[in-house]
Amino acid sequence: MNRQGRPTQPATRAAPEGLSTFSGNKGLQLEEALIFEIGSSQTTGVDLAELPASAKSRIGDLARTEEIGLPGLTEPECMRHYVRLSQKNYAIDAGIYPLGSCTMKHNPRLNEKMARLPGFADIHPMQPQSTVQGALELIDTLAHWLKVITGMPAVAMSPKAGAHGEYCGLMAIRACLEARGDARARVLVPESAHGTNPATAAACGYSVDTIPATEEGRVDLAALKAKLGDDVAAIMLTNPNTCGLFERDIIEISEAVHGVGGLVYCDGANLNAIMGKVRPGDLGIDAMHINLHKTFSTPHGGGGPGAGPVVLSETLAPFAPLPFVVVTDGAYSLAEYAPEAEAQGAKPFGRLTAFHGQMGMFVRALSFMMSHGSDGITQAAEDAVLNANYIMASLKDIMSASFEGPCMHEALFDDRFLKDTGVTTLDMAKAMIDEGMHPMTMYFPLVVHGAMLIEPTESESKQTLDAFISTMRQLVEAAKAGETERFTGAPHFAPMKRLDETAAARKPVLRWTPEENASHSAAAE
Amino acid sequence: MRYLPHTPEDRAEMLARIGVGEINELFKDVPAGALLKGHLDLPSATSEMSVERQLAAMAAKNTAAGSVPFFIGCGAYRHHVPATVDHLIQRSEFLTAYTPYQPEISQGTLQVLFEFQTQVAALTGMEVANASMYDGSTATAEAVAMAARVTRRQRTVLSGNLHPHYRDVILTNGTYTGESFVKNDPQVAGEEDLASQIDDKTAAVVVQNPDVFGNLRDLTPIAEAAHAKGALLIVVVTETVSLGMVKSPGAMGADIVVAEGQSIGNGLNFGGPYVGLFATRQKYVRQMPGRLCGETTDADGKRGYVLTLSTREQHIRREKATSNICTNSGLCALAFSIHMTLLGEKGLRQLAALNHAGAVTLADTLSEVTGVELMTPCFFNEFTLRLPKDAQSLVEALTEKGILGGVRMSRLFPGEGAMDNLITVAVTETNTAEDFAAYRKALEEVLS
Repeated sequence: MNRQGRPTQPATRAAPEGLSTFSGNKGLQLEEALIFEIGSSQTTGVDLAELPASAKSRIGDLARTEEIGLPGLTEPECMRHYVRLSQKNYAIDAGIYPLGSCTMKHNPRLNEKMARLPGFADIHPMQPQSTVQGALELIDTLAHWLKVITGMPAVAMSPKAGAHGEYCGLMAIRACLEARGDARARVLVPESAHGTNPATAAACGYSVDTIPATEEGRVDLAALKAKLGDDVAAIMLTNPNTCGLFERDIIEISEAVHGVGGLVYCDGANLNAIMGKVRPGDLGIDAMHINLHKTFSTPHGGGGPGAGPVVLSETLAPFAPLPFVVVTDGAYSLAEYAPEAEAQGAKPFGRLTAFHGQMGMFVRALSFMMSHGSDGITQAAEDAVLNANYIMASLKDIMSASFEGPCMHEALFDDRFLKDTGVTTLDMAKAMIDEGMHPMTMYFPLVVHGAMLIEPTESESKQTLDAFISTMRQLVEAAKAGETERFTGAPHFAPMKRLDETAAARKPVLRWTPEENASHSAAAE
Repeated sequence: MRYLPHTPEDRAEMLARIGVGEINELFKDVPAGALLKGHLDLPSATSEMSVERQLAAMAAKNTAAGSVPFFIGCGAYRHHVPATVDHLIQRSEFLTAYTPYQPEISQGTLQVLFEFQTQVAALTGMEVANASMYDGSTATAEAVAMAARVTRRQRTVLSGNLHPHYRDVILTNGTYTGESFVKNDPQVAGEEDLASQIDDKTAAVVVQNPDVFGNLRDLTPIAEAAHAKGALLIVVVTETVSLGMVKSPGAMGADIVVAEGQSIGNGLNFGGPYVGLFATRQKYVRQMPGRLCGETTDADGKRGYVLTLSTREQHIRREKATSNICTNSGLCALAFSIHMTLLGEKGLRQLAALNHAGAVTLADTLSEVTGVELMTPCFFNEFTLRLPKDAQSLVEALTEKGILGGVRMSRLFPGEGAMDNLITVAVTETNTAEDFAAYRKALEEVLS
């Protein structure tokens, strides 16, 4: 106690059992209502000019008379609302985010700064082309880097994300086959594939034929060959595959598919493991999308935006969609319509989006690539693979590795090590949340039971990996020692306990309604 | 390399733990001969300052919209975005988070999506909205596919005044799905007769409002005609700010509303990333594409949010999914939602009124110029003029004078002679009286 009566020693007592706060807040963890509960339709956080008294209307009798139902907040209230919400999110900037298949690497802020240069951010897609030469140059420069990295001769830049890129690739394949007068019917997809692969094949009017995996976690070459026939349009292969393994028969697979007149699509989700080490163009690939938001670090943003340029072989290049950049004597232009494209010898399959692709993502990705350079790109791939193998080597004695290594940039485990513990993969993931880590990808790929797919990326230091490994080992030991409650009730320390997903799906509430607000107020009273 | 934490010693220790002598042993599954020996033929690693210098030089070759009197629209609009928006979307917890698959540590993103869905539903006059699509054009193509699923019909009628790029995206997506499309010619003035084209095999009719020329129309008669034949009305909105002033598509009878949300919270960005809005009626929710966020409770009974109805989606349904979409426009949706929260109903209405007033003023001013005719009597913030000469040379001459005066319709409708003299002009709250005066003066000079 000092002379003013202020205690100078920290309190040492633990909180009494069942203590809760009056506000519902827990220190820095603040509860936040919906904007519909705190804002009002008469509040605004922007100061706009007054409407001139002379303003006339040309909207006839189409004026909106009904209330819209949009609440507003003043700027300080708005800032606080979203800052509080942000604090309920985990993020790469806060800690390790080893989500397999997602490549959650560091997002340099230089890229954000570059994308916000007015010369990139404040230009319109329909501006006269003479006023956007630098933008077209940037797209062409990024295209060059992507072609060199993949060893492919062409790239379609407009797809908006990975799945859109898959669609672009398959459409090019189908257009090419149709041009041969041989559309074909089947697309082969390994059972370990991302769900987007079969969904894309279906959207292009193909039936999907699943190829089993071998005991080793790779495409079963014999089963593949047995399924080949002159109705096979393409194979959609992920390499490295979703088990974290390089498809070592890739060249033989490509040759076999080409042998029956089919084409080879590669899902490029895992390019991070092989950039600067192997070029898909040397493996017989005809088309591959590149997730700029994975490999080249454009931020995931809570679910997007992404960008999914597709590199194409000589065979498929003419079928790339509109629009595309044309370079003539150092001047850039856009081929936006079929006649312009045909003048370039192209036979575009169509158009995928209103404009030219994800420019904001292109700037970020090029900034990332230029920073790394050819040496840094190779080093990043090597470090990503090194980190995954380090985790594999450090955990495989205590967890169950699904396949023999070495792995590429992801380490895959299954739940055999949890047998008879009463702990599931889901429980393990939720216990990781309590430890301040984002869980790995769980229950994917589907080819192993209770999958746990760990992708550390090259961004993690050895120190971080060692801490991760140590915590994982302690969790596994606790599970095996019967500390079930640590897991089945997890997370205990996150902003929320486990959420009832079944109830959410059974009776979907997809928007706020005034009635709901009334029922909440009643419950609070 | 500044982004890579390992020291050479770290790498050596790690290789030792793994039990290999050098890194290429980890790449042993790569076919012999395919493993690259040296580095790629690209520049080597460089400093932050150097990257900045090179990219700034490229950016400097472009004319930023904010640096000139600027009147280009046709699917993307230059609005003022409050500084708060860009600050908030750059918070690490929003910017560097993944899709909220672990809801206990993603409530920030999830609550934003729930609020976003509610805002979009309110704005469009619909019952439910999803958590975003790539952009307005892809959302439109998804709406067409959804209408085919809902009605189990394969024929879609497309308005001729739909943005031609949107039309092309629809046609591309429908290439191999067995759908058929009834196409119409663009018609800058006068009513299209779409109602007579709807028959009992029609899945949907797709109409843009305001249309690509800026015309606003009451779609109620088309909705009634569609519903009479069991078809759906899909309404496309490329300028979302218009919804602050114009009767909502829902109130006109739309069954699916798709929109480009870029106008709210998002910059021009040369065409992307943007944010597609997708809203419909509750009864069609299980046929919707894309992610949905729903309310639920946690084990303590506390209200929270999760991604829901994922049995529609590719990661569960695979080839039977409603769409192949995975990554969407999460961060752009956040920007949209923050800007909309700052505006509120009051601000949005005021913003829309200012856009309209500015457009009316400019339309009147420019149509006073000899030989210039306003073609769109009823419009929001974008209108089309017929010029006494071809619009291509006019746009070039205006550009020479430092004015980006609009989109020549021959760029959007190449080969359609009737479009040669048409220019579509957009006005937003960012345009000043000086911009208007400069435009008029330049137009008079070019046409004299």
